[in-house]
Amino acid sequence: MATTPVTSTPIDAPKPAAKTNRIGLQVLDYRGGKTTLCAGCGHNAISERIIDAFYEMGVQPERVMKLSGIGCSSKSPAYFMSRSHSFNSVHGRMPSVATGALLANRTMKALGVSGDGDTASIGIGQFIHLMRRNIPIIYIIEDNGVYGLTKGQFSATADIGSKLKTGVVNDLPPIDTCALAIQLGATFVGRSFSGDKKQLLAMLKAAIAHNGTVVLDVISPCVTFNDHEGSTKSYKYMQEHEEAISEVGFVPHFQEIDVEYDPGTTINVEMHDGSHLRLRKLHEDFDPTDRVAAVSALMTAHSQEEVLTGIFYVDTKKPSFTEMLNLVDEPLGTLPDERVRPSRAVLDDVMHRLM
Amino acid sequence: MATENVALAAGAEGGTLVTPDTQQQTSQVNVVNDFSIQIATVNGSGSQSANSVLLKSIFRMGVPVSGKNLFPSNIAGLPTWYTIRASKDGYVARKKEIDILIAMNPETAKEDMHSLPSGAAAIYEESADLRQFRDDVACYPVPFDKLTAAVCPEAKLRKLVKNMIYVGVAAQILKMDMTAVEAALRKQFARKVKAADLNWAAVQAGYDYASTTFTKNDPFVLEAMNSTEGKIIIDGNAAAALGCIFAGCTVAMWYPITPSSSLVENFIDLAKRYRIEEDGKATFAVVQAEDELAAIGAVLGAGWAGARAMTATSGPGISLMAEFTGLGYYAELPGVIFDVQRTGPSTGMPTRNQQCDLLSVAFLSHGDTKHVMLIPGSVKECYEMAMAAFDLAEQLQTPVFVMSDLDLGMNNWMSEPFTYPDKPLNRGKVLSAEDLTRLGGFARYKDVDGDGIGYRTLPGTDHPLAAYFTRGTGHNEKAQYSERPDDYYNNMERLSKKFETARSLVPRPEVVQTGKSKIGLIAFGTSDFATLECRDQLNKEYGLDTDYLRLRAYPFSREVHEFVASHERVYVIEQNRDAQMLSLLKLDLQAEEIVKLRSIRHFNGLPIDARSVTDDLVTQEGI
Repeated sequence: MATTPVTSTPIDAPKPAAKTNRIGLQVLDYRGGKTTLCAGCGHNAISERIIDAFYEMGVQPERVMKLSGIGCSSKSPAYFMSRSHSFNSVHGRMPSVATGALLANRTMKALGVSGDGDTASIGIGQFIHLMRRNIPIIYIIEDNGVYGLTKGQFSATADIGSKLKTGVVNDLPPIDTCALAIQLGATFVGRSFSGDKKQLLAMLKAAIAHNGTVVLDVISPCVTFNDHEGSTKSYKYMQEHEEAISEVGFVPHFQEIDVEYDPGTTINVEMHDGSHLRLRKLHEDFDPTDRVAAVSALMTAHSQEEVLTGIFYVDTKKPSFTEMLNLVDEPLGTLPDERVRPSRAVLDDVMHRLM
Repeated sequence: MATENVALAAGAEGGTLVTPDTQQQTSQVNVVNDFSIQIATVNGSGSQSANSVLLKSIFRMGVPVSGKNLFPSNIAGLPTWYTIRASKDGYVARKKEIDILIAMNPETAKEDMHSLPSGAAAIYEESADLRQFRDDVACYPVPFDKLTAAVCPEAKLRKLVKNMIYVGVAAQILKMDMTAVEAALRKQFARKVKAADLNWAAVQAGYDYASTTFTKNDPFVLEAMNSTEGKIIIDGNAAAALGCIFAGCTVAMWYPITPSSSLVENFIDLAKRYRIEEDGKATFAVVQAEDELAAIGAVLGAGWAGARAMTATSGPGISLMAEFTGLGYYAELPGVIFDVQRTGPSTGMPTRNQQCDLLSVAFLSHGDTKHVMLIPGSVKECYEMAMAAFDLAEQLQTPVFVMSDLDLGMNNWMSEPFTYPDKPLNRGKVLSAEDLTRLGGFARYKDVDGDGIGYRTLPGTDHPLAAYFTRGTGHNEKAQYSERPDDYYNNMERLSKKFETARSLVPRPEVVQTGKSKIGLIAFGTSDFATLECRDQLNKEYGLDTDYLRLRAYPFSREVHEFVASHERVYVIEQNRDAQMLSLLKLDLQAEEIVKLRSIRHFNGLPIDARSVTDDLVTQEGI
């Protein structure tokens, strides 16, 4: 598929004014601080798509919390949606912070931004348990195969045979975070490319509509340390090797469904909020409800040196972790005293039984 | 300090045989309500119910009593000891000397027997023939298996029921009130009438055997008192859990580790009972984490989002929580961490007592960090300080540690009943949407009130100016990214000021001072019990008066400085090797005060006892 690499899109570039979304906010209301990442960094393009997706979905920014670990990717929440609370936490441990924050306030939409080092190396343990619990969060891996802030060491998603600028060749196989996610219980799993505006935006909007763990592995080239000949995470490599499993279409719940689809070629998935995900098959055996087929497609793509993108797996039925806990409807964190401190009679009863 | 003269100190003493006392012991004066019982069993043999019945029977007789489980890191098979101390004077520290041995473990029986002082008593399995080792100990051999078989036809239950036989034997020898024993037993098995009947039959069998077989040959007897009227018995972990319930704790994330696990397990039980609303929905969330890193991460995430969140752990877990705790300090996140302390590594003696995480917790993590620690010295304080910890964490916007230990957390203690909190929850400085409209915005890390504590907002606050970006130190007052030297410096100074504020908010020490003594004692936590008894020993045996300050928190408040200043010599009594509390004091005191400090340390894994403290102090005093 054809895409043009995003070379330099300043995050705070002015947009046509006065246009508002369904809750009356302008795209400006979803912007953040000026990026300090390198010009042309894939992460900046992802930040742009996040802004577009939340704007277009009409999500109140105050209802979103942004969580991140450590690394270039994890700095990026400062560059979008300043009206959302944000927490730049500890290397690889954003999942636990997000889990706690969601337990405190299950009514919030959680957006986690991580990188390949933050997720697949230091954070793999927490990443796994986040998915196993199906924590309701959109977990984005901004995946460039290298550590940027420490100047270009390989990460655990780097492909075997990929070459550093210095000539060092990676001799270990990559962790496929999507295959892992499908196996471990994430309920919405996909891969995209920071340079693929249309696909990434549709996937992000569908992610917002989902209730449960969304894992989006977004290949996001590092222009400084991993965008050269011999790298398998470069813009050029992605242009030559990206292979979409399906074409992602999305009809939000607040829009009338006026587009017919052919059930023979397109799979329709009704999302938690009433939105519709339309996946037009590009691979013959594509079935986003079949875990085994999804993992198999990913493995096959690896052997053919293709980077498979699209939504691989969706389960809209499995309850999210905060639903499983059977919590009260209101946020636990701000329940009034009388709902969290039992009465004097309760203490008397406990004391009596201890006498 | 001296090595323990008991078998569980790994046989360090070997056979310290006391010269046999040839006098007839029947002529001795009775020792009433002042002795210790040690029950030596095999881990996993089900003696817990029997020991509990024995303890609670004494409690029901109105006699002050305490119990300690000294157990190995093992599920079944290794030796374990349970000690019960009856003390008319109300002493609840471990008594160094064992007065009555109930030897149920053939593996350790000989060593257990050798550890007894002359004039002690021993109840044991007849076939073990322990009399051969000591002729200065009153011996009560019992055919346990034969007696058990007679009352318990079902063979597979005999292992458990056998333990109740010794309850009956001990009850007869100690002249216990059998109505108290039956009441304690029936309460123990309140939900299982058949089990209660069976066990009661075993107690009676033991009692009858003893009364028809033995002539009392030891001085120890129990007589009814009225010193336990209206008191409760509870362990520190259950008490702390209760505190969490009444503190309105809503989120708990934890990773099991001895000796802290029962704190969260108690919280779960209590929350299920008292924190489910009419529609069946819970006002709490408890999650068993994948490790301690996740547990503390979730606590801080929950605290950030407005919840009263806690975790409970012990030393190794504290180590794993180090990085997050630093972020919690710098990003100013509330959270409560219960550290139920034990001896060092998991492959060390993880089921033995120590107060050994003080230094590591006080400065846990990277960079310039210092943390608030509350130090309960009783089960009642476990309850009260649990509540105080949540208030302080939110007031100070920082992680707060409650430093309990195995002895306090896992053992049963008598206590006055707990009192209902008289103040509402203190949720600290949190701005609402209305506040933001009124103020026209806020600066997260600005010291508006001069106490070093900024105002915060919670995610979900419905106002366009509510959000801020949370990160470590690299921020200015408005929570914007900054690496400017002045921003970093000012922020760190403000954090220091906040810690000074903490000094005036934490629980004050308890001071007993006559103004006449030159010697001051400082102790804390479970070292308190032995220290109180030690003071009486010094007074009675050496005519030495001492003043006493019991620390209840770090940072130290003004009273601590004053106490040291007003004494010539101050002994810091603690259960660790490196004088950790003394080290913390040194950092806080002036040079002329530091030289007054002396150290008394107890660190063999057993709870500290008064005699060891007294002996050490007397030696250092050159008396």
